[in-house]
Amino acid sequence: MALDPKAEAAIALHRFGLGPRAGSIAAIASDPRGALIAELDRAGATRIGNADLLTSGVAARAAFAYQQAQRAARQAERAAQQANTAGASGAPEMKEQSGPASPAPPRPASGPGLPQQIYLAEAKARIDAALAAEIGFVERLVWFWSNHFCVSADKGNVRQICGAYEREVIRANALGRFGDMLLAVESHPAMLIYLDNARSIGPASIAGLRQRRGLNENLAREILELHTLGVRTVYAQEDVTRFANVITGWTVVPFRQDPVRGGEFEFNPRMHEPGAQTVIGKSYPDVGLEQGRAVLAALARHPATARHVATKLARHFVADEPPPALVERLAKRFLATQGDLKEMAKTLVSAPEAWEAPRAKLKRPGEWVVAALRAVAATPADTGPVMQAHNLLGEPVWRPAAPKGFSDESAPWLDGLAQRLDIANQFARRFGAEADPREVFEQALAPLASAETRQAITRAESRPQALALLFMAPEFQRR
Amino acid sequence: MLANRHAATRRELLIASGTLFAWAYLPKLARAEGRDPRLLVIVLRGALDGLAAVAPVGDPDWIALRGDHALTLGGNPAALPLDSFFALNPAMPNLHRLYKSGAATIVHAAATPYRERSHFDGQDVLESGLAKPGAADSGWLNRALVSLQPAGRAGGSRDAFAIGPIAPLVVRGPAPVLSWTPRRLPPASDDTVMRLIDLYHHTDPVLARVLEERMGLATIARAGGMDGEPPRPVAAGQVRAYFAESAGTAAKFLARADGPRIGALAFDGWDTHAAEGAMNGRLATLLGALDGAIAAIETEMKDAWPETVVAIVTEFGRTARINGTDGTDHGTATVALLAGGALKGGRVIADWPGLKSSKLHDGRDLKPTTDLRAVLKGLLNEHLRVDATVLASKVFPDSAAIKPMPGLLRQA
Repeated sequence: MALDPKAEAAIALHRFGLGPRAGSIAAIASDPRGALIAELDRAGATRIGNADLLTSGVAARAAFAYQQAQRAARQAERAAQQANTAGASGAPEMKEQSGPASPAPPRPASGPGLPQQIYLAEAKARIDAALAAEIGFVERLVWFWSNHFCVSADKGNVRQICGAYEREVIRANALGRFGDMLLAVESHPAMLIYLDNARSIGPASIAGLRQRRGLNENLAREILELHTLGVRTVYAQEDVTRFANVITGWTVVPFRQDPVRGGEFEFNPRMHEPGAQTVIGKSYPDVGLEQGRAVLAALARHPATARHVATKLARHFVADEPPPALVERLAKRFLATQGDLKEMAKTLVSAPEAWEAPRAKLKRPGEWVVAALRAVAATPADTGPVMQAHNLLGEPVWRPAAPKGFSDESAPWLDGLAQRLDIANQFARRFGAEADPREVFEQALAPLASAETRQAITRAESRPQALALLFMAPEFQRR
Repeated sequence: MLANRHAATRRELLIASGTLFAWAYLPKLARAEGRDPRLLVIVLRGALDGLAAVAPVGDPDWIALRGDHALTLGGNPAALPLDSFFALNPAMPNLHRLYKSGAATIVHAAATPYRERSHFDGQDVLESGLAKPGAADSGWLNRALVSLQPAGRAGGSRDAFAIGPIAPLVVRGPAPVLSWTPRRLPPASDDTVMRLIDLYHHTDPVLARVLEERMGLATIARAGGMDGEPPRPVAAGQVRAYFAESAGTAAKFLARADGPRIGALAFDGWDTHAAEGAMNGRLATLLGALDGAIAAIETEMKDAWPETVVAIVTEFGRTARINGTDGTDHGTATVALLAGGALKGGRVIADWPGLKSSKLHDGRDLKPTTDLRAVLKGLLNEHLRVDATVLASKVFPDSAAIKPMPGLLRQA
């Protein structure tokens, strides 16, 4: 590679990481690839060390109890209102005076409810981890897999567990085996609720014969189409239906039924469709939970899955149209290592194609927002403005519009360029008031920047304007 | 560095230029005299064109210098006469009214000791009070506060301090500062948009096209640079509202019986390299917004207005002549605008250097004849009773030769 070492270090940080902090480029300039790999090899690299965060089961039960209390309070309020109306003989303005007989029920607490509080605490932990990362390659991989296996906080009862979901199944496996992550994902309550499998019932199961509700194919379809093989590959509609049958009974313990384990995963044999099922040419005998595990294991090994995952990974990090040679390398490595994701990541940063591609991809909003904060060494205690920036730019944290996740291509994000300018302007004032833009430029961008960009920053009318221009510079927005 | 030096004593803490940063104490000496003075410093970042704000209409070389861009008493709109020699930009009727009633003073051909032309360094010198740019970590206003003995805490017992950012340099330093910021920060200025589109045209045509489309600006900036068409006027209302809200809120705080007495805020956008628009364009909009801010301060100060001084300063001036894109480039001397009921106003204070080429600094800028530090020292000394030796050593280090300008206040 003919790149000068600082430029290569800057690419490592902008393309594979979360953007330079002061000193980052110099720190890794002697061996940028080695530094990326070293971050993968660090013990506990994917973990978030925040002991206050709840497991998904605890969070789900706490939110359930909270919702029950809210409901009871609302019912009490309604009952009190009805009692008042009945006794007030059509004089509504008298209601208040008739109060003493029926004390007003407690008003619902103001501010965000418990699910939202949990969501915000999880999001803050995620943002803090991104700001604290040396390079951020591991965090980027976590974000990548979390988006690949996305759930949405906007689906009922996912809000309080979507952060725990990422920690429990994505982080725990992001440098492990794809098959392990796949199994953990598809048996996590967040995914089972998000894609409706929690209430999917085998038509010939005990529960199915008793009630009218039945099969829901949503999760089975998305596993095949989005999570593993990829759309229009080796499966057909009957594979979707049979696979959906296989994973009937993969559900969530009802809160009322079991206050201790409510909200956790269970295999419920009474909902499970009996019988062998043939999925993509292979018959799987009905061995309960193991039937689904076996299908997932086969899907995780499938060459179509290798190609699908390799293409997405290369597209995310390198180019909208990823170099075929790079995809080939990644897919081969995936198959050769039984889906070892750390080996995939190492292959990615060791491949010349991953470095040679022009820096044409627009950073995704979350990545860009974090890069801006890192560049000015901001660690906001209140992440409200950071979350708002994600929302405004179209990438609200853990709230994708569809199971496909947020786009990994540049075009959809170009539309938000004007919004980025407003965020850049705001961040420069909110978070960068003490930063020297010339120093930030040297530390974050200089090895990659054009003379025009340097000049625009040094000639700005004020430091905030210079920082806003720096955040908006093509070299800062593109990876 | 980004360590928060005020963390222990700040509250309602937020950030941004355009934010009020106020000292949490009351000045003791002035209180002992039975006064309760208020001082608000407004920093205009980007370098105000002093000649377009306050025009030397009586200078025989004025019209030749600026041509069609020269404000005149017979122009359209007509400049507002101040005295037989100077006239105010017509966008500033409130300041004009205050001047006529003796509550505004203009100091012309003034400059900090900085003689280069970098905004960042110029702002550092203006706000740090040091003679040279360099590693300043405190501002002159904060160091002035340190020297004042506090007479009781402002703000009563509300001691809930937010931990957070970050004040402009002029108020940074050891004295405790509290702050407030408008809930909505202003959108990116037209000037920022133009600079960015210009950068994109040179470096990234895709981003240039997209941003132009999104901003509805496709006709304004072309490859090769900004070429003098007026920027979109849509933001004018937002700028006015933002200036007025910031300044008015600052005044509300300063006016309160238990409120702070000394504050600072900053307004950006004065770097008018192209299409300056002193009469109907961008600069007129900004000056109008500043005029509205002054009016908002007067209104919100209420009974405290007679004890108020507002000092409006900028890092340097602009070239005396108009450049090739109907704007002005970085210059040297400019104006300082003072407003407030405590002033002995109705005066333009200027040792006028003249506008002939031979009289211009480096042959291009209005020559500085008044050191801005003299003005600021005069205000700090007479209004707040900051000791003259402290002013010469600590507040504006090594400035003993620059005497405080006397007689700026009604009751000196």
